[in-house]
Amino acid sequence: MYISHLWEWQCLCCCINLVPLSPPSLPPSLPPSGIIAKELSSLEQEIQELRASGTTLSSEPEFEMADIMYFCRRGMESIVDDEVTKRFSAQELESWNLLTRSNYNARHISLRLSVLWGLGLFIRYGFLLPLRVTLAASGIGLLVVLTTIVGFLPSGWLRTYLSEKIHLMSYRICVRSLTAIITYHNRYCRPTKCICVANHTTPIDVIILANDGCYSMVGQIHGGLIGVVQRAMVKSSPHIWFERSEVKDRHLVAKRLSNHVADKTKHPILIFPEGTCINNTSVMMFKKGSFEIGCTVYPVAIKYDPRFGDAFWNSSKFGMVNYLLRMMSSWAVVCSVWYLPPMSREEGEDAVQFANRVKAAIATQGGLVDLLWDGGLKRGKVKNTFKEEQQKLYSKVIYWIGSLKVISITMNYSETM
Amino acid sequence: MGSTNSTLSKIPNVEELVQETGFTPAHIVRLYDRFEALDKEKTGHLRPQDFGAINRLAINPIGDRIIGAFFSPGQETVDFHSFVRILAHFRPADKKRPKDPSMPEPVNSRTSKLKFAFQLYDQDKDGKISRAELLQVLRSMLEMQVTEEQLESIADRTIQEADLDTDDAISFEEFRKSLEKVNIDHKMSIRFLR
Repeated sequence: MYISHLWEWQCLCCCINLVPLSPPSLPPSLPPSGIIAKELSSLEQEIQELRASGTTLSSEPEFEMADIMYFCRRGMESIVDDEVTKRFSAQELESWNLLTRSNYNARHISLRLSVLWGLGLFIRYGFLLPLRVTLAASGIGLLVVLTTIVGFLPSGWLRTYLSEKIHLMSYRICVRSLTAIITYHNRYCRPTKCICVANHTTPIDVIILANDGCYSMVGQIHGGLIGVVQRAMVKSSPHIWFERSEVKDRHLVAKRLSNHVADKTKHPILIFPEGTCINNTSVMMFKKGSFEIGCTVYPVAIKYDPRFGDAFWNSSKFGMVNYLLRMMSSWAVVCSVWYLPPMSREEGEDAVQFANRVKAAIATQGGLVDLLWDGGLKRGKVKNTFKEEQQKLYSKVIYWIGSLKVISITMNYSETM
Repeated sequence: MGSTNSTLSKIPNVEELVQETGFTPAHIVRLYDRFEALDKEKTGHLRPQDFGAINRLAINPIGDRIIGAFFSPGQETVDFHSFVRILAHFRPADKKRPKDPSMPEPVNSRTSKLKFAFQLYDQDKDGKISRAELLQVLRSMLEMQVTEEQLESIADRTIQEADLDTDDAISFEEFRKSLEKVNIDHKMSIRFLR
């Protein structure tokens, strides 16, 4: 693929002077800051602190009128800023990166800064954007044309070989078109079969992972340009596309996935179990469907560096085209990809527990917050079991405080004897 | 998310709000963005369902009462001004403010915070926490975890300890007295980080 290398080299030369080749090391993962200071103390600690210093001799639960303040404050905190809602909007940065879109309190600071910003604007829109759009168009065009051509070949090693090369080449061009600086860690753990799961921030995740290896995609068939690309891709290598009506049929989905996995010659399936785009500060609940198939799972953690451009796709705010334009007019997309060692379901573990275990591994590696909540909850109601857990915890605490008091009083009594 | 100035100009009577509540303009802008995020149907008002959509609030045992505190009796919606005024109760107390008896009690003083907590118990707003009201709160905080008899004995004991004029209800003064050792400012304050 000499031509593709030449092309890449030309593009790289253009970009080389503008973006540092060695990616800056990602800052140590800070806890994502909210807009209010959240006390990290637990229910037990806080209720204890609320206790007045009186003593009563009883083994009954120790209730105090002030206990309501703990729940009241927690409730008010969640009204002002809650963990889940803010995951669906872009992360705020500590210091400005000359992109107005990531600046929350944009206001005039100094002339010098505004001039710098204007210069940045000119470079990004006047120079980088047209270059990138051309690259992207040629990348996608090549993918469609070449995969269709290869589709005419009879099945065999030649077809598989060519199809792999074409896919890799097209994805590499697309990656260059976004100026994505990707660091792959632990490449020896790269998935070569079964299922690969990753956290989901943006549709670009697919391009980032496919740049380094061949995967089979899973998804719904769309109309329009994306549909054309999908149909072309499936001609030369096996991807799993579903009709809209088939998506609801979980049994059918599971069956097709298992069939694919059972065939050892096929590429690993790439799945995003969160089901929706999250803003890359946390990992939300994984849907258990892909963990029920009974195959080894290769987890992958993807973490974007927000200082060069925010990669999160807020689907309620921007459409796809708008989003891609924003991506191409940021400075760059800098990210780290960690391949984690494969995990299998253990004895006595059900699909949900397995999913949570994988999720925890991905969250730890990527420096993301591991949340219990379901991404789909942005639309739905929360279960009552969570409220019962709060009540259970509270009742345990007040019983425990009551019994502690009895113990301390009896001890005092026996000491004085 | 726009610049501070453009959002500030969208909010009517900002000066008045700043004076009344003591929030800085930047904090009011953040609260306004939060208000808009909760107001999914863009009506300019919040209804109880909008609060109910917040997950952590929905699992809070006294979540319904907290939501009720935002709505004046008979009102079904809350506008931005009332929203901020209620949240102003949770601003940390200004330590440097001189005690001026002629000025009205600031909304985030110790007494105001106590009154807020008192009203969470006293739902019928008659100025006293009756035994029935106390039982209701205990039921929401403990529900299935204790038996009805245990709930009643807890309620009896609490009233016994706090009720000084033996009218089988807890007035605001008695409430204040029983909480005199608690650091109210610490427990009922929310600090903005930026």
